[in-house]
Amino acid sequence: MYPATFEYHAPASVEEAISLLERYGDEAKLLAGGQSLIPLMKLRFASPRALVDVNRIEGLDSIGEDDGHLAIGALVRHKDCERSEALRGRYGVLGDAAPQISDPIVRNLGTVAGSLAHADPQGDWGSALLAAGAHVEAVGPGGTRTIELDELFQGPFTTCLEPTEVVTSVRVPDPGPRAGGTYLKLERKVGDFATVGVAVHVSLDNGTVRRAGIALTAVGPRNLRARTAEEALAGATLDDDTIREAAELAAEAAQPRSDHRGSADYKRNVVRVFTERGLRKAAETAQAA
Amino acid sequence: MTDTAVESGVLTRTLTVSVNGTGRSAEVENRLLLVHFLRETLGLTGTHVGCDTTSCGACTVLLDGVPVKSCTVLAVGVEGREITTVEGLAGAGGLSPVQEGFHQEHGLQCGFCTPGMMLASTALLAENPDPSEEEIRWALSGNICRCTGYQNIVKAVQYAAAKMKEEH
Repeated sequence: MYPATFEYHAPASVEEAISLLERYGDEAKLLAGGQSLIPLMKLRFASPRALVDVNRIEGLDSIGEDDGHLAIGALVRHKDCERSEALRGRYGVLGDAAPQISDPIVRNLGTVAGSLAHADPQGDWGSALLAAGAHVEAVGPGGTRTIELDELFQGPFTTCLEPTEVVTSVRVPDPGPRAGGTYLKLERKVGDFATVGVAVHVSLDNGTVRRAGIALTAVGPRNLRARTAEEALAGATLDDDTIREAAELAAEAAQPRSDHRGSADYKRNVVRVFTERGLRKAAETAQAA
Repeated sequence: MTDTAVESGVLTRTLTVSVNGTGRSAEVENRLLLVHFLRETLGLTGTHVGCDTTSCGACTVLLDGVPVKSCTVLAVGVEGREITTVEGLAGAGGLSPVQEGFHQEHGLQCGFCTPGMMLASTALLAENPDPSEEEIRWALSGNICRCTGYQNIVKAVQYAAAKMKEEH
């Protein structure tokens, strides 16, 4: 399979990338890791007139603490996250998600920011980063804007990004020292999309929950936040009853559909079980910190 | 290969890369995939096209030492970089330890997945010279074999690890 023909540009700066995007209007696509875009182009689901390859832009490939946030640059690969010490402990929801994405070879090229911009409802990063309360920074002709992930994801494969905007980093607010989380994924085999994924991220304050983030993969038209479960946890103590109640609420928030990966009832039940397990692990990490 | 001006309508470019230590240059279509550049432009047919959908790993090559699926990489995207294919594994002294391991342990049956398996294994051992069985299985989980059931592939990698240790 071959992609349709396209013009190709490899700009050296974000500014240059934006001016190229402006020139092509909505006929250009940004290329980062390409692990979703190139298959789409080969299958002719996408035939952009031009590709703007951002891989030559320097300074977008680091993970670091920045102004109360963990900043993940636009060219940080899944494998970088898998290896990063920064993504353990209180950022465990991210560190646990990374090695479960696709397969180890795909992880060498695919990027976190690219995954978000692709907005696949079966994407793992979307849930992990929603649970963590992340936002992206997008730069366009008019300057930089901050987009909360809840706003970014509009629907399946649809974001609120303008065709002339470039996501430059993903930023996760520091949850404080007493925080923990995890990402649980049920997949039929390595490399498959999630049958169900659940991301849990909890921060504690004097033994009670300051903020809880729970987000669900592959059980809705986009990565879903289980808001009622999050609200039930806020201010509560993470005991057995609270955890079980939150898990029930998360299962109710899921919008699963029966398909070849499992029935809707089954998937809803997996959401419940994973939320319960995830909360227990998050509580353990947060309380041990 | 930095663009300073937009050249609208241009669908090809000159690509220069290092393949198995040798500089290669060719005029290629922007849409040419790395696997086709290797197989068709350069005639290096050791890199196989299996699923063509980023699933099977038969087309795995090393890009600056890192395994990638060459059916899902644009040739123009690897300008200036170093590619290693199965043809580049053997050295002046003969087969590489990984190649020897696949031979000695019968780590293949039909051989279709073998180039990709060996490149992924080579990258694993460069990073982790003494992997556990689980680490080997994990590192090769993006490469599919439909013949052997993986047992002998794991043994081949263990053989190569032992051999490399001995050589040091």
